[in-house]
Amino acid sequence: MNQNRVPTVVLGVIGADVHAIGNQILEYALDEAGIEAVNIGVMSSQQEFVEAAVETGADAIWVSSLYGHGEMDCRGLRDKCVEAGITDILLYVGGNLVIGKRSWEGVKDLFLDMGYDRAYPPGTRPQEAIDDLWQDLVEQRESKDVVSSLD
Amino acid sequence: MSSALLIDIGSTYTKVACFDLERAELLARSQSSTTVSKDVNLGLQQALDNIPGWQQADYRLACSSAAGGLRIAAIGLVPGLTAEAARRAALGAGSRVVKTYSYELTERDVAELEDLAADIILLAGGTDGGNQEIILHNARLLADSQVEEPILVAGNRSAADRVAELLDKGEKEFYLTENVMPELEKLNIEPARQLIRKIFLERIVKARGLDRVKELIDDVVMPTPAAVLRAAEILARGTSGEEGWGELLVVDIGGATTDIHSAAAGTPTRSGVSQRGLEEPFLKRTVEGDLGMRYCAGDLFQAVKPNRWQQLYQSLYNKELELQQLEDYVNKVCQKTEYLPESQEETELENILGREAVRLATSRHAGYIRTIYTAQGASFIQVGKDLTGIKNVIGTGGIIVHNENPELVLAGILQKNQVEEEKLTPRAPDFYLDDDYLLAAAGLLAEVEADTALRILQKYLKEIVQEEKN
Ligand code: B12
Repeated sequence: MNQNRVPTVVLGVIGADVHAIGNQILEYALDEAGIEAVNIGVMSSQQEFVEAAVETGADAIWVSSLYGHGEMDCRGLRDKCVEAGITDILLYVGGNLVIGKRSWEGVKDLFLDMGYDRAYPPGTRPQEAIDDLWQDLVEQRESKDVVSSLD
Repeated sequence: MSSALLIDIGSTYTKVACFDLERAELLARSQSSTTVSKDVNLGLQQALDNIPGWQQADYRLACSSAAGGLRIAAIGLVPGLTAEAARRAALGAGSRVVKTYSYELTERDVAELEDLAADIILLAGGTDGGNQEIILHNARLLADSQVEEPILVAGNRSAADRVAELLDKGEKEFYLTENVMPELEKLNIEPARQLIRKIFLERIVKARGLDRVKELIDDVVMPTPAAVLRAAEILARGTSGEEGWGELLVVDIGGATTDIHSAAAGTPTRSGVSQRGLEEPFLKRTVEGDLGMRYCAGDLFQAVKPNRWQQLYQSLYNKELELQQLEDYVNKVCQKTEYLPESQEETELENILGREAVRLATSRHAGYIRTIYTAQGASFIQVGKDLTGIKNVIGTGGIIVHNENPELVLAGILQKNQVEEEKLTPRAPDFYLDDDYLLAAAGLLAEVEADTALRILQKYLKEIVQEEKN
């Protein structure tokens, strides 16, 4: 993250998912927290997330999936980011990710294995993720500083 | 009587039209060969000599596409976002986009840019506050390169100072303006467009030797395609004193390109459709460099599947097409670019070529519908402009104007004649013909007398009867 810059988050609802309400609440919460929210809205493809993040120089992508196809829709996003040169971007995912009778821990690991930095269970308050974001950004900066002091 | 001389200095011909402004009447027309390689005034003088009393005209304005027109290389970040926004700004200013680059320029790209010797390099990339890395990288490479043309910077505002610093150090001529895409998918091409026009007037006109026309007339005030776009704008929107026709499309088929201009918002006409992607400008121009009737007829021939040519021919003329025959004709007109069809058979071949050039060019210009299947049924996303409801389509360019059945060629735009049915091209418009080549003239006149320019267009564009439609 650039020192003086307001952090930017690209958010949207992935796949053929039309659940719009949570997405709007997240945008509002990010705005309120002083974070630049670039909302690409519902029915967004992975490519649209990546392109938006590249062009806006985003620090994080927040993916929502509500309708039950999260596992299928979200797979491969990290690879696309790496391909597009935004290797280190933070990827968060949330919504209704639990499918069938699996435990939340199992689902969470599934998404972390796919390359997401954080995954949230249904009913997560936006503030929780915003707090995590600030923390992750600080950590990211510290680790970059370590790297540059080694140069 | 007040009058205006309106001049189009094209790559082949210099065309002059003289109008009586009070009566919005065409008084005289004349044309001669363009002589820009020697002295542009030779050809111009010759054309003017055929216009009685031309010295008395109140306005003597010219536009030009001579000597390659205005050539721009566009640089952006993501192909569908800032690179496309930069392209649109350049096309909207009436230029030819010689090449578009995305992401980081490579050494090879820079070498190519040096060779291309465009008139302007348009450097965009990043939303305001967005990605800076790439535009800075690209500016650094340009600064270290041999490119001599002016660089117009219209990218991420937050990086503009540092881009300027780099270009300054590299002793480049550069201009700064607003970002072509300040926010994601928001298009802001007007400032860049204005600046391109300014650079054209102040620098390129002179570099081409076109400023010599000032010995005879007022000046060259814009590139020809910009004049055509301006004519489309007043005809669609009207002026303060005259009502316009509403949304429209101008189809210009040439030897080297097929150009489509739309003056239309293009918002969805169907309910339940959400629009996606980069914002669309009301005035949009696209240029298809592979769909020309002469210089690139070979590309056009290749762009369409063999059985499509045969089917089309069959449906129009009720007989079979020998593909070899079409290919031979294509090879002939590629060589002899001034050639006009001489037999019934050649006219038929010419018509199917024109029809497909128009079809493909319009399908690329217009938007399309993408269907997403969900658990509840289908939902629809529109990408690009919905032009299905357009009421007026104007055809221009030699192929249409010299054709006995221009409606046959123009019908290529119709949605029912598209190959992909989800393309949003016009459904049932009226067709008009600009057979006096007055669009550019009217666009020029609109600079000084917009009401009269509009009255001239309304008077001289001829409606074409469409048999199929009735
Ligand atoms: C309203 C609604 C609809 C409306 C949506 C209207 C609209 N335009 O938004 C309609 C009728 C269209 C609809 C359709 C469908 N729906 Co529905 N819908 C709901 C409902 C009742 C409410 C959703 C809502 O708005 N919640 C309120 C918002 C504020 O909460 P939220 O979306 O969860 O978002 C919050 C958090 O999850 C979190 N969050 C979300 N994303 C992210 C991302 C990150 C990174 C973070 C940190 C946090 C976060 O923050 C948000 C704000 O607080 C839910 C049931 C429910 N009570 O949740 C079902 C529900 C989501 N729908 C469901 C289903 C199955 C469907 C359909 C497939 C078929 C159907 N049964 O109707 C279709 C799918 C259509 C499609 N292609 O998307 C299921 C999903 C089951 C699953 N995931 O396993 C649910 C859970 C109902 C159920 N129990 O069966 N639906």
